[in-house]
Amino acid sequence: MADVNRGNRPLSPHLQVYRLPLVSNISILTRITGIALIGGLTLIVWWFVAGAYSPDYFATADWLLSSWLGILVLVGSLWALWFHFCNGIRHFFWDFGKGFELETVNRTNWVVIGGSVVLTILTLLIV
Amino acid sequence: MAFKTDYSRVQGLGQAGEGVHHWWIQRLTSAALVPLTILFLIPFGRALGGGYDALVATYGQFGNALTAILFIGVACWHFSIGIQVVIEDYVPGKVARVTLLILTKLFSYTLAAAGILAIVKILFSA
Repeated sequence: MADVNRGNRPLSPHLQVYRLPLVSNISILTRITGIALIGGLTLIVWWFVAGAYSPDYFATADWLLSSWLGILVLVGSLWALWFHFCNGIRHFFWDFGKGFELETVNRTNWVVIGGSVVLTILTLLIV
Repeated sequence: MAFKTDYSRVQGLGQAGEGVHHWWIQRLTSAALVPLTILFLIPFGRALGGGYDALVATYGQFGNALTAILFIGVACWHFSIGIQVVIEDYVPGKVARVTLLILTKLFSYTLAAAGILAIVKILFSA
């Protein structure tokens, strides 16, 4: 029997039509925060290089990073850092074969999200 | 294609890649960054916005300079092998992929060297 319906059959779940579970979104966000953190690290190194270059140049860098725009970028980086950090800790448990049960993953999803927010606020309170 | 056994096709070519080295360094640098991140953030956050005097007062101290150097060095290492995975996953074409990988390595080594050299200079100028 010839297949007359070629090309008009239902597709298997694909990224565009498939609502990803939370753990997958966290995984993607861990990559994105990792990439974004290169920007944060570059700003911090620039701050140090300005300090080594001259006090005048440092005044500019220090002013820019502690301006509202700089604070916005740095607090964003700080949250990205703690998010990447928390999911990294979860990966350590996964490396040891622990925490793979769906129930545990659903719980640790929220530990990663909550932990990143709590650690961001805690850091802002301490420093 | 010549009639060859699988073994003779690969004979003399060395190992296929670097084995688990990349995976291992990713774990090693992650683990090292757990304490280093915390040790770096506290003095950095306090010195930020405090002007040149705060910078010299903070990073003129050996311990703060050391943790900042280790943090920047290990973070650059971690980022260079992390971004490598992203490039290998998403960039098609050998030329584009290898070019981006080389640029990433050059950028990460330069960033690490610049940060470390700057902190050493600040430490010695204090």
